[in-house]
Amino acid sequence: MVSPAHFIALSVILFVIGTVGVLVRRNAIVVFMSVELMLNAANLAFVTFARMHNALDGQVIAFFVMVVAAAEVVVGLAILTSIFRARRSASVDDANLMKY
Amino acid sequence: MSQHMILAGPAAETTRLVIFWVLAILAVAAATGMILARKAVHCAMMLAVVMLSLSVLYLMLGAPFLAFVQIIVYTGAVLMLFLFVLMIVGISAADSIIETIRGQRLWAAIGGIALLVLLVLVIGHAAIGPAPASGAKFGDNNVNALAALIFTKYVFPFELTSALLITAALGAMVLAHRERTGPKPTQRELAERRVASGRPAPLPGPGTYAQHNAVDMPALLPDGTQSSLSVSPVLTGPPPDTGDYPQGLPAESSESIPASSAQSGSATQEAGEQW
Repeated sequence: MVSPAHFIALSVILFVIGTVGVLVRRNAIVVFMSVELMLNAANLAFVTFARMHNALDGQVIAFFVMVVAAAEVVVGLAILTSIFRARRSASVDDANLMKY
Repeated sequence: MSQHMILAGPAAETTRLVIFWVLAILAVAAATGMILARKAVHCAMMLAVVMLSLSVLYLMLGAPFLAFVQIIVYTGAVLMLFLFVLMIVGISAADSIIETIRGQRLWAAIGGIALLVLLVLVIGHAAIGPAPASGAKFGDNNVNALAALIFTKYVFPFELTSALLITAALGAMVLAHRERTGPKPTQRELAERRVASGRPAPLPGPGTYAQHNAVDMPALLPDGTQSSLSVSPVLTGPPPDTGDYPQGLPAESSESIPASSAQSGSATQEAGEQW
């Protein structure tokens, strides 16, 4: 019997893996991918909650999360390409002009 | 829809359980591989596996609309955008193994475990019972029910997302736009520059006159030697890890590792080869 707890547990594990990815990786694109993983994990939790409470609001929220994630990726990757153009590097360590 | 795809009855529960565990293990393994893989393209492929697994899980949870949006928007559009930017930024940009912040990995692992413990404790305290019997709005009527909800209760946030998308598209265009600082070179200037560069002809194509036509096979020169210039520097592998970051194009590194050394016999891979 697949209970909602299974899905929530999977969502938690994926979210933690995404967090560790954001903390560990230094290629900015991979950091973005880890953020996407965290958003996907949150979406899974939303869809599970929708099923648990027999209401579709969770699915609507997950839909909005997808839209916002798409917008975020577009702007983030545009920033990344312009940083790469200026610094010739995609590493988060090299964009340090505003460091104290 | 999901109820129709998997038959009802006690056998259906076993099927659902098997599907869940296969997909869950696949998703966690791919996510772990994503944060461990050194090459960014491999990370993108791993992320695609996670997203496709999640879309099937959405189907199991009675969200067929979101499952297909997940495939079309995430796997189809967002991930392709990632891959496009990876190709622009340089496919060879692999992460360096050397830590720049001391103890970063250790503390990240400790923080990850702490977050996991925190979430497990919090969620373990919540009573998550079995899901109630789902109606038609989690099956065949899912799209209609979602549309009714989006265009009545959530119509204002929905309109706001359209504004957000327009703003994001505009912002991406502004950010990615490059202003031309110098005058555009004319065709005459381009031709003169090419002749002055000492290489008026384009680079030799890979493997065209050799036994293979794969792009990783170097072309053979008239004297039988291999032309390393014919193979894209991306395919010949990253230069040895020197501690600093690859700068996008490792073309000038002389000690590239040939990717196809098993077949091509990499004896003639010398730097400064002319043709």
